[in-house]
Amino acid sequence: MLSKRIIPCLDVKDGRTVKGVNFVDLKDAGDPVELAWQYAEQGADELVFLDITATHERRGTTIEMVKSVARQLNIPFTIGGGITSVADAEALLNAGADKISINSAAVRNPQLIEDLAKAFGVQFVVVAVDTKLVDGHNMVHLNGGRLITELETEHWILQATNLGAGEILLTSMDHDGTKNGFDCKLLDTIARSVNIPVIASGGAGKVEHFTEVFLETGVDAALAASVFHFSEIPIPFLKQELKKHNIPVRL
Amino acid sequence: MIGIVNYGAGNIFSLTSALERLNIPFNMVNTEVELNQYSHIIIPGVGHAGAAMRKLEQTGLVAPIIALKKPVLGICVGMQLLTEHSEEGDATLMGIIPVKTKLFNKAQGIKIPHMGWNDIDHKNNSLFEGVRSGTQFYFVHSYFIEYNATFDIATANYGMPFSAAVQKDNFYGVQFHPEKSGAAGERLLKNFSNLKL
Repeated sequence: MLSKRIIPCLDVKDGRTVKGVNFVDLKDAGDPVELAWQYAEQGADELVFLDITATHERRGTTIEMVKSVARQLNIPFTIGGGITSVADAEALLNAGADKISINSAAVRNPQLIEDLAKAFGVQFVVVAVDTKLVDGHNMVHLNGGRLITELETEHWILQATNLGAGEILLTSMDHDGTKNGFDCKLLDTIARSVNIPVIASGGAGKVEHFTEVFLETGVDAALAASVFHFSEIPIPFLKQELKKHNIPVRL
Repeated sequence: MIGIVNYGAGNIFSLTSALERLNIPFNMVNTEVELNQYSHIIIPGVGHAGAAMRKLEQTGLVAPIIALKKPVLGICVGMQLLTEHSEEGDATLMGIIPVKTKLFNKAQGIKIPHMGWNDIDHKNNSLFEGVRSGTQFYFVHSYFIEYNATFDIATANYGMPFSAAVQKDNFYGVQFHPEKSGAAGERLLKNFSNLKL
């Protein structure tokens, strides 16, 4: 049976991880390679690196970081941030990234999804969607939730899927940072309406939130940042708890 | 030393990185002469099976590969190339192992591609030495190799049972990515490098 995946997400700036990662035995919390390796040892199933300052000039730094991670890491990883062309994606593929994640570039140019899927296969293309409830409608937002679009979330996800997205990373901006749990209602709607894997993101605060999202929705994976970085939820413990609820996990 | 068939079907950085971490020496194989220089051969492969087969044919290595008597490991699409035929591009493949590569069936209520960690039941082949049956490996694929009791050495289940690993004589294939499958995948690569016929 296919395991449900647990995915820590790391923010990267100029080739260094940021956002106060706090592991006891970490020598250099800003070293993405060491951090990635630690997470793999703990049993993370996959990692997502989000390049938060991905400007054109600094692309080279990111590529070098991806290469360093790929040399050391024995689990798959995705890189997102600042990818606007097939050439950007190809450089990351050649550096060893397993998948790339696109967000606003896909909204601005949906054709990019199709181009990437044709060039590298759908399995390489993760479409990240930030959603926020506005007047009772889930709307796609850009720029970390600051910029609303005219796209209705479910509609956009179906379009992205038809264009060749291989996976959807859905972040609820209403839940993100609250630590009050995932948006199970929306996630279940989306997971039922598409035939590709869906990653739940936004709102993880407790072990029960992960149990809940896997028991109540059809999502394939759950992503979180701070609860893992600060060891609030150790991954081995989380997976044992999921297993107790008969949720298939890799141990 | 391992020779990796270099035919341009997908990125092999992760594979070579894994071999480097494991201190398993390797080199690239571009010609028939080079194919004969190494004790073990890996056929990697990501992407479209039909397109991969055309690229392999262009290297002129198909007949020399079929004639090999040393351990050969096909990974993912590299494994599918060992079979007779793929539904992906209706492609005739090397036909070393008489089984077929088929598309997963959406009607079974499964998501395609099959992506993530799935557990395998293996049949104690030396390729899996030291790997517990039931261990999860990392898969990313939309096409699979039909289960055949004669050649199956590890089975996974996704909507139905399929071959996660096959063997015929000196030819081995794994559908999952050992280079992305944590410690178990590394053990499998090590086991392959130690295979003797």
